[in-house]
Parts: sequence; structure tokens; C-alpha cells
Amino acid sequence: MELLGHLADGFATSLSPLNLFIVIIGVTAGLFIGAMPGLGSVNGVAIVLPITFIVPPASAIILLAAIYYGAMYGGAISSILLGIPGASTAVATTFDGRPMAQQGKAGLALIAAACASFVGGTISVVLFTLFAAPLADIALAFGPAEEFALVLLAFTTFVGLGGDDVLKTIIMICLGLALSTVGLDLISGQPRLIFFDEPGFYSGISFLVLAIGVYGIGEILYTIETQKTAPQVTPAKLTFTELWYGIKEINKLWKTMSLGSFLGFFVGMLPAAGATPAALMSYGIAKLTSKTPEKFGKGAIEGVAAPETANNAASTGSLLPMLTLGIPGSPTTALLLGGMVMWGLVPGPMLFIEQPDFVWGLISSLYTANLAAVLVNLALIPLFVWALRMPFTVLCSLVFVLCLVGGYAPSQKLHDVWLIVGFGVAGYLLRKADYPMAPLVLALVLGPLMEKSFRQTLISEQGNVLAFIERPISGTFIAISVIFFALPLLKHVKRWLKRDLSPAE
Amino acid sequence: MKTRFTRRMAMALAASAGLMMAGPAAAEEWAPQKPVEMVIMAGQGGGADRLARLFQSIIQKEGLSKMPILPVNKGGGSGAEALRYLKDKSGDNHVIMATLNSYYTTPLRTDIGVNIEEFTPIARMALDTFVLWVNADSDIQNLDDYVAAVKAAGGSWKMGGTGTGQEDSLVTAMLQNEFGLDITYVPFKGGGDVAKNLVGGHIDSSVNNPSEALGFYQAGKLRPIAAFTPDRIEVFPDTPTMTELGHDLVYWMQRSFVAPAGMDPAAVAYYTEMFEKLNATEEWQTYTQEKALMADFLTGQELQDYFLEERAKHDELLGSMAEG
Repeated sequence: MELLGHLADGFATSLSPLNLFIVIIGVTAGLFIGAMPGLGSVNGVAIVLPITFIVPPASAIILLAAIYYGAMYGGAISSILLGIPGASTAVATTFDGRPMAQQGKAGLALIAAACASFVGGTISVVLFTLFAAPLADIALAFGPAEEFALVLLAFTTFVGLGGDDVLKTIIMICLGLALSTVGLDLISGQPRLIFFDEPGFYSGISFLVLAIGVYGIGEILYTIETQKTAPQVTPAKLTFTELWYGIKEINKLWKTMSLGSFLGFFVGMLPAAGATPAALMSYGIAKLTSKTPEKFGKGAIEGVAAPETANNAASTGSLLPMLTLGIPGSPTTALLLGGMVMWGLVPGPMLFIEQPDFVWGLISSLYTANLAAVLVNLALIPLFVWALRMPFTVLCSLVFVLCLVGGYAPSQKLHDVWLIVGFGVAGYLLRKADYPMAPLVLALVLGPLMEKSFRQTLISEQGNVLAFIERPISGTFIAISVIFFALPLLKHVKRWLKRDLSPAE
Repeated sequence: MKTRFTRRMAMALAASAGLMMAGPAAAEEWAPQKPVEMVIMAGQGGGADRLARLFQSIIQKEGLSKMPILPVNKGGGSGAEALRYLKDKSGDNHVIMATLNSYYTTPLRTDIGVNIEEFTPIARMALDTFVLWVNADSDIQNLDDYVAAVKAAGGSWKMGGTGTGQEDSLVTAMLQNEFGLDITYVPFKGGGDVAKNLVGGHIDSSVNNPSEALGFYQAGKLRPIAAFTPDRIEVFPDTPTMTELGHDLVYWMQRSFVAPAGMDPAAVAYYTEMFEKLNATEEWQTYTQEKALMADFLTGQELQDYFLEERAKHDELLGSMAEG
């Protein structure tokens, strides 16, 4: 009851005309920022942060949260339309979103993404409202060993379920892991793999540079070669009936979406992990539990809904350690945390007690931000789809420019632009040889996390490798990883045995 | 009392700095012609970044600069990227950089061809303090208990901190040298991460800055054992200092602003005045008190002397770490 009272007070704050206006501005801006390859919620929040002092702190955090949410919705847009994930969280959305767009179902994919995001966002906000305080303790139970086990699990869902060519997937993961070691090593502080003594490599290779290179430039090159005259995608129509059909289709996916929401929320809540492994695991599990797993990767609507529910749920989840423990779960929440400090608030265990107005104002605004984001997003889908009707020659030059600008903007280093071009060419060649790109990109994101937590554990435990299995939480995760890895292997063996036997019979 | 004294001292210093550059009348007239870039030696979201953005917001709110200040993060290679950038900006009047201790440690540890002596010092805003922390559930109540516990652990005592070679690891090295301890140092990505792992029981102690551990301390989850400061920290009146306990262990994290080599003296005077005004704002003074920062304002040649002295100290410290 006390909870409802707090929430009602919160809604009184978030439903004021000023704050409602702010939410709509925020989600719209966020949507566009997220839809641009290269720009993500981090950039949006960073740009807006210094000017937030013109409104009271509660409105300021509402604005930032609205941008954050809007950008999470927007990330799916470039994944689906262009096949370029705007953020690492949206990589899994390309698996089926891109094929859907190529089949002329871009509108349906966008509707699915928006609705799934809404469901993920809403379920996770409800979880947040009900359990924020007790769940903070779970986040504390996660040390380096548990982090390692979790990332390992994310990897195995991928290797195990990704499946066309396991060997090629593993090769790409190794390549991604190698690239992830470039730069200054956290543990020893020593530089590693600084190619040509180029100072730009000291800061490592960022996800964006690799993703824009292989997905953006690589994809354009590949498309130019394969489809000289044909349009890149079948132009999509979007009518009201189609919207209705889309919503009905989504309605069939409750199992996938609720699973994705819970998973996303819990994984996002763990400080180190965040939305990328959450989206990946959700995709994997959706494929595993699906009755038609063979459709995945070829334009299955579940394949869009699963990662999108999870990444939005995770973005809510990652607010939890930030508010209750003062620990950001992602770069964006780190900035939000900075904002709170700027307004004189101390995030941490005391925040809920000392600043209830602020906390509940924020929580209630997550509900309104979610609703605003899905409405604005649905309203703008015709515009996004229309963008795809441009002649291929125009679209591809536009995307090319977007890629280079998007790669330059966040860090403002020409070094990154050259890397993008390099990765683009390499990505094109690898694609011709039929290597999957997603494992490469995801290994780059998850590799440093895995390496760091692995070494931290070994240092703490004096080199005792068994520590990973002995601790209950990490032990459980590792056991599940082994199952996930073995499952498709068994399937392969079975199929191979059958094939071997059938001619003999 | 203390703040008032430092502020007066600061004004005197600024005045003398002003005198040194008195000659040209242009000193009063120079003002930025375009937005000023504020380079941050760390990535987005960390302690250094948060502080730099706080400065920016105060400057903007109070209208202390005629042109907007644009924060730019160049955190690569423990600040190596930022230092190289500043070197390349020689003579540019529209770039300033927010520093932390990697300002001297990074050029000492990696050969990046930067000599900080060439840069133009602007102003030191604050000194951040370090405190030895344990989990509030532990039996350790004071420094003696702590030393005994670490010795009893026989090398398996886990101290969490930021990256190797950065501030926390230097403080840990000082602690080890002073008491002859054998500690396992576990590096984490940031101070907040360290505090969380200490509360969660994944490490045994930390040397967090007060601001990083304050939330947990107020919630009764962490216990301060001793401060690495000469005087007691206001927010922790009951926590003794290392100096009090008879150990000469003092370490600070400086938060300053510097400019590229060869900046126009008139521009230097402009920025110095800007930070002087910033230092006097109520918002900044309240912030320093709440976060247990020492607002110790310093400018001009004194600041440069301070930098060089600190560099020499860190050279020694890093040397002793390499041996150990």
C-alpha cells in the first residue's frame, strides 16, 4: 500500500504538463539519435546533460531517462532498415530484422520491434517498482567469478544456437577476442597490440567502429556487387490494416516476450553485464524454445521481438544498481549518475529514503516515457519505411556518408574513420567467404568483460581455477553454459549418425 | 576557517600572477572568440569526468565564461591520448584540460613523448582524499586490527582498486611498504565498482575516495579505518588519519586545469580569473564539503612547482612498485 502511495505521488510529478512535454521531446530526440548509426543513448545524454540545470532535478532526470528510452527504441530502426546495429544492444535485432526488411516486411519488423520494446519496458518497470530495494542485494552477490560465468553463458547461447557453421562462428569469435585485447590492459596497465605504434590504438577498438565498418561499409560493398540494378530491399508499404495485422501478430508472442522481459531485467540489473548479453541470450532462448527454429535468421518475427524486449527490459534493469548502489550498469547510466551528482543527489542505498520524491518521480516517468516512446515510434514508422523507397544509388551513398560521420562523431578521431574503412573492406571479403559477422562484433563487446572478470577471479583466488565452479551462482551458470554448448553438438552428432546409417539401410 | 584562509591565499596568488603578466594592456581585454574545448583525461562517467562536467555546469549556470565550454573526453591510454592532444594544440588559446594524477604518472609509465613541464598551468581546484575501507560486517575496527588481519591472511588479502599503476595501486604500494604487508591487488574498472565489490564481500578492503564510498558508508555498509590525509576529514570526524597514528602516509588526487604550451598570457589570465570565480561559488564550496574534497586553490608558478614536485614523488613511488 505504501508503495502505491509513493507511486501515486510519483505520477503527480511525472504527469505535470512540463514533465509530459519533456518526456515527449526526450523520446522523440532519443528515437532519432538511436536510429542514427554511430550515435546512441550515451551521446544523446552527454549532449543534453549540461543544459539540464534549467529545469528542476526531477524534470532533468525525466528528460535524460526519456532520451535513454527513446534511443533504445531507435536502435532497432537502423538494425532493421539498414542492417547496421546502432548500438551493441541491437546486434541481435539484425539477425531477423534485416531479412524481414529485405523481404519487404520492414514495416512489420518495425512494429514488432516497437511493440516488443514497449512490452519489455513495461514489464521491467513493474518489476522495478515492486522489487527495486530487495533486488539490489542480488546485484551485490555478483563478483568477478559470477560476471565471468554470465558472459560465458551469453557466448555459449550464441555459439550453440547460432548454428549454420560452427567452425566459422568460432573462428570469428576468436578474431573478435583478439581485436578486443588491443589497447591498454586494465590489469597490468601495459599496452597490448599497438599496431604500427599508432597512438590511436591505445584506446582500443570500439564496438561502433567495428560494427559500422563490417555492417555498414561491408554491407554496402557487398550489395553493390550482388545487386547492381535491383533495389536493395523490396519497398515496403505500410497501411493501417498492416499495423493492425502487426499488432495481432505480436499478440501471439507473449511467451517469447515475457521470457525476454524477465531475462533482460535480471541480466541488465547486474552491474557489469547490461543489455548486450541480455538481448543475445533472449534471442538464443527464443530460438531454443521455438517450434520452428529453422525460421530464425531468415526473417522470423520472434527473432525481432525477443532481443528487443530483452534490451529494453535490461535498460530499465541497469537503472537499478545505479539508483540503489550508485553503480552504473552501462556507460549511459554512468552519465545519468553523473547528472544526479551534479544536482546534489547522492545515489546509493540512502537515495530511496532521503529523496523519495525524486526516485518515485523517476520511476513513474519510466511508465510515461515508455508509452510516449511506443506511440511516437509507431507514428513515425511510415516515415522510416518511406526512407527505404529511395533509389538504391541514393540510399547507398547516404548510408556511406552516415557511416563515416557516425564513426567520427563520438570520438572525433580520424583514426577511427580509417579503421571503419579498413574493417569495411575486410568485412566485405569475409562476407563473400560466408563468415558470420555477429560473432565477431559480439566477441569484441563481451571479450574485455570476460577477460577482466576471469583474471580478477584468478588474482583473488590465488590462481584457483576451481573457484568458478565452487561458487554456487557461477557454478550454476557454467553448468547451463555446458548444456547450451553441448545441445546443438548432440543434434549434429545425431543427424550425422542418421545420415551415416540411412544409406546403409 | 580553513576555506576562508585558502581563498584569501588564492586571491593573493592570483594577484601576484596578474602582476607578473601585468605589462600588456591586452591582459584585461582577451576573451575567447569561439567555444572553449575542455579536454577530460578520462572516459565518460568516471569520477574525473563527473567533476569536469560539474565545473562546466557551474561555469555555464553562473555565466563565468563569455563562450560555451565544450567537454571532450579523451580517456584513451590512461590519459595518454589527452596528453598527446594537448601537446599538438601548442599555442591554442581555446583549449584547456582537466587533469588528475595520471597527468604525471602516464608520461612516467609510458613513453608518449610528452613533458608536462611545457604545458601552461591554470588552476588547481581541489585535492581529493583517500581512505582505507573495510566491509562494516568485518571485525576490523582500527588500523592495528587491519594490519594483523592482513598478516594473518598470508598473502591472500584482497585489496580492490582502480587499474594497476593508477592512484589506488600507488596508495596500496605505500601501505605495503610501510607495514611490510603482502597484499593481492585486484584491479577494477572504476571506484564505484570497487566499492560495490567490497560491500558484496568479493574483496577485503579498498582505498576508495570518500565520494565513491559515501553512499555505502551512510547506509552503514562500509567502515572507514584510516584516512591518508594530514588532518581528519570533516565528513568522517571519528576516523583517525595515518599521520595521527604515526605513519607518514599521505596521498592526494589533484583536480586541476592546464593549458597547452605557449598560450597567450592574456588568455591564461582570463582562464585563471574564471576558475577563481568558480572557486568562490557557493555551489562548489558546498560540493567540496559534502564530498570531502579539499578546495585548495593554487595557480601560476606555484602550481607548476607543485606539479613537478609531485612528478618526482610519483617517479620514486612507481620505481619502488616496480622493484616490489
